[in-house]
Amino acid sequence: MARRLPRKDVVIVGLGWTGSILAYELSRTGLEVVAIERGPWRDTATDFNIGTAPDELRYGVRHDVFLRPTQESITMRNNPSQTALPIRKWGSFLPGNGVGGAGVHWNGQTWRFLPDDFRIRSHMLERYGEAIFPEGHHIQDWPVSYEELEPYYDKFEYVAGISGKAGNIKGQIQPGGNPFEGARERDYPTPPMKQGYAQDLFNKATANLGLHPFPRPSANLSVAYTNPYGCSMAPCTYCGFCERFGCANYSKSSPQTCVLPALVRQPTFEARTDSEVTKVNLSADGKTATGVTYVDLNGEEWEQPADLVLVCAFGLFNVRLLLLSGIGKPYDPVKDEGVVGRNYAYQTGSGSTAFFEDAKFNPFAAAGSLGTAADDYNSDNFDHGPHGFVGGASITCAYTNGRPILYHPTPPGTPTWGSQWKKAVHETYQRVTSVGAQGSVMSYRNNYLDLDPTYKDPLGRPLMRMTFDYQDNERKMANWMADRCDEIAKAMGAKQTQLNRLVGPWSVVPYQTTHNTGGAVFGNDPKTSVLNRYLQSWDVPNVFVMGASAFPQNAGYNPTGTVGALTYWALDAIKRYLKSSGPLVQL
Amino acid sequence: MSSSVNGASRLAGPARKWWRYAIVLVGLIVADRAMADPDNYVDVLRGKALTTAGDCLACHTAPGGKPFAGGLSLATPFGAIVTPNLTPDEATGIGRWSKDDFARAMHQGRRPDGSYLYPAFPYTYYTKVTRQDTDAIYDYLRTLTPVSNAVNRNTLPFPFSIRTSMLGWNALFFKPGRFVPASGHSEEFNRGAYLVEGLGHCGACHTPMNMFGANKSDQFLQGSRIDNWTAPNLTNDQQAGLGKWSVEEIVQYLKTGQTRTSIASGPMKDVVEDSTSKMPDADLKAIAVYLKEQGGSGASAPTPIAGSDPRMQVGEAVFVDVCSACHTRNGNGIEHIFPRLAGNAIVRQDDPATLVRVVLTGVRGAGTDAAPTSPAMPSFGYRLDDSQVAAVLTYIRNSWGNAASAVDADMVKALRSKVAGPAERSASQ
Repeated sequence: MARRLPRKDVVIVGLGWTGSILAYELSRTGLEVVAIERGPWRDTATDFNIGTAPDELRYGVRHDVFLRPTQESITMRNNPSQTALPIRKWGSFLPGNGVGGAGVHWNGQTWRFLPDDFRIRSHMLERYGEAIFPEGHHIQDWPVSYEELEPYYDKFEYVAGISGKAGNIKGQIQPGGNPFEGARERDYPTPPMKQGYAQDLFNKATANLGLHPFPRPSANLSVAYTNPYGCSMAPCTYCGFCERFGCANYSKSSPQTCVLPALVRQPTFEARTDSEVTKVNLSADGKTATGVTYVDLNGEEWEQPADLVLVCAFGLFNVRLLLLSGIGKPYDPVKDEGVVGRNYAYQTGSGSTAFFEDAKFNPFAAAGSLGTAADDYNSDNFDHGPHGFVGGASITCAYTNGRPILYHPTPPGTPTWGSQWKKAVHETYQRVTSVGAQGSVMSYRNNYLDLDPTYKDPLGRPLMRMTFDYQDNERKMANWMADRCDEIAKAMGAKQTQLNRLVGPWSVVPYQTTHNTGGAVFGNDPKTSVLNRYLQSWDVPNVFVMGASAFPQNAGYNPTGTVGALTYWALDAIKRYLKSSGPLVQL
Repeated sequence: MSSSVNGASRLAGPARKWWRYAIVLVGLIVADRAMADPDNYVDVLRGKALTTAGDCLACHTAPGGKPFAGGLSLATPFGAIVTPNLTPDEATGIGRWSKDDFARAMHQGRRPDGSYLYPAFPYTYYTKVTRQDTDAIYDYLRTLTPVSNAVNRNTLPFPFSIRTSMLGWNALFFKPGRFVPASGHSEEFNRGAYLVEGLGHCGACHTPMNMFGANKSDQFLQGSRIDNWTAPNLTNDQQAGLGKWSVEEIVQYLKTGQTRTSIASGPMKDVVEDSTSKMPDADLKAIAVYLKEQGGSGASAPTPIAGSDPRMQVGEAVFVDVCSACHTRNGNGIEHIFPRLAGNAIVRQDDPATLVRVVLTGVRGAGTDAAPTSPAMPSFGYRLDDSQVAAVLTYIRNSWGNAASAVDADMVKALRSKVAGPAERSASQ
């Protein structure tokens, strides 16, 4: 029996990027805010010592800052005809664990989605007609426009100190930036990172091919920066320990560097760590959340009453919490009805690995967001008519790391062990780069999340079941992109290239990307969305759900910039809700 | 939902703002002026601000204990002294003390029964505080919730346990008497003098002590060592003092815990966080103006140790390997986060204790509302041996325009045994 705690104004489930931003912005107005976080407290000073943070075995291989399958796993299958099995070691994606969430271990690529991405269904229909859409798709417009989100992108970028080069300020195209981006009110808060030799080659090759290269927007900061919350950051040292690691240099934007120092000073804020929220509790009529139930590290169960519940966990676990709490109608693919779990999507990765004869790329001088990109083949920046697919990809030449254990590319045909392999690693390390395409994934009737009928967690609750595979549309897109990457790699002067295509069913084993989206989608129609355009539950108006789980489908970019923008967008709505409670969208 | 949420926000916001405003206002009231206003609430607020300026909380709170309930053990050269309970608890605090009793303790270092307090309680400074201010502090302390916390006040060993011995000490080293403004100086300077020489008791840490534990009055604010930290020279001395600091930088340091190039750490971190960051800007400026007028010892800067010296060469190698990623190769550091070493007054103190300690054990910088990051330097005691620590500090103290004495490996060894934990001792040899 859960023991009941004194009421709070706001309870926040999960203390990552979205939870910490909302906790700070609401507690500074005097509200009593408690954040309940499944994993441990983490901060730069105590957890990320420069002498021990760059430990590839501990963090990169043994997943020190990631969720453990014993804490939570999911079951997975490629399609509804299969029986899903539980993931016993996280592989294809690596959810975070503890304060800071995935914001601790991300690479830091901080994009704005393109204006067309927000009205992809209407736009593609207008330009190409209904026939362009793939079979079984669930593609839908976002309920907000790029123009509406622009001030909130700006806010997140300035809190995070993002290093980049504007491509379009108030409609004026800026040389050196991304000419395809939506108009922004002002430039990035800090200038772009220094790029390496491989990026020079990429910039020249793409320009010669008529493309438009630009430096990637980066949360690895190029210069010292103090953000609007007063938090200070130091310039990146290009050590190449970003993804899978906490940054010991105060150089990577994260809740730890950008929000928590200000948040922990708020007298009305409290964090409870190592405590897992098991359920959002509802009133008898199911229309009001009364708080949450959580279990602490000792297995004690507590009830935390609150007037407002903000669900801020990693997207996948937001969806599971809604399913376990009975908030919103679960999605049923057979009848194509219901919403919770609907429109789960992911990301494609394809490209070309480029082997050079005489180059010296120094890949150890790297950063999670170091690299240049071209967006000529992203979104609808090119004519999709001849290709017969929807979506696009951002094409980049990047060095996120050159770490000793996991980074040792070798040319095709190299043995996988022994002296020949060692020789090839030695000869190749300095002479290999890659051109990669990170692509969009559309939403489909048969890609979804629900509760598993068989497997349960240690508390006896059903695991979430993921039913997902790449569809022909995504394969076609990703493989076309791989060919474009290969052209660029050859134009850069590669002696040999190796194409990385999207073949076979999606596998949960090798790492690909932690860009899981959808399942608690926001929209204008409660029949096809869990949340209204302010990320407020249609069914339980004192529940708001943050994160990439709200994306109706995924774009050809990393999601965090858009997750941050949506958080500030929702914050304004939450403040309106606090003045006058009830649904913010009336049907 | 709920009117209660809105209600909470309506109440908390304005109430807090008003409180801050009030503290700013009362700080501007000239201390010597008699308090004509009989409204005790104003006195309480004034007392709270003065208690903050005196940082009473720092010594009168045990680790993890209730604020002002005493119990902190102060290590003095003569033995441990445990601080008393200042809450108005009748049995264990100062609940039975009158205003006169309190003023007598502050001004004369005597308890209500006439027995002597030890000068670890800086009555040698508090004697300068006006009666109006000691009364206001008393009024504020009376508003605290009484906490029952009996403290052993007799921990000093013989012969120091004999409190009447303070009679002789006082005769030698204690000059009772209220603050007298210095003529020929501005009101602002005198306000600063009143705070520094009185309630702020800055000299208690920043002035060298004689063998009897009394501050050497002829070396006022010229730096000392306290609890194995260097309390730096606060005079306007060019080499080791505040000679290169502007008034604005001193104010910024006291207010936010940092300047662009320097961050408070060690005991001063606590002073900034608990005391100076909460003081009115006008008082901080007065302190700065006063400090900038304190003449230094005038000692000329030493000649820097030559780069060809083997200690400098070893030190440079260690610096490039271990320190330069954050503090940068040219010693400029990163503003607001990694202190500048070139021209840094702490780096050039005669006594390198703080430097040794920071390298051995790591340190956390001050965090304030204005600058909340509170950046940390990790410990290197686990990987640098005594001679490496000595070499790298010798290099830092004699590079980029710095000049100071070499650091000796034996001194590192001695400090390591006092301040380092087991992991940080492992690399000693």
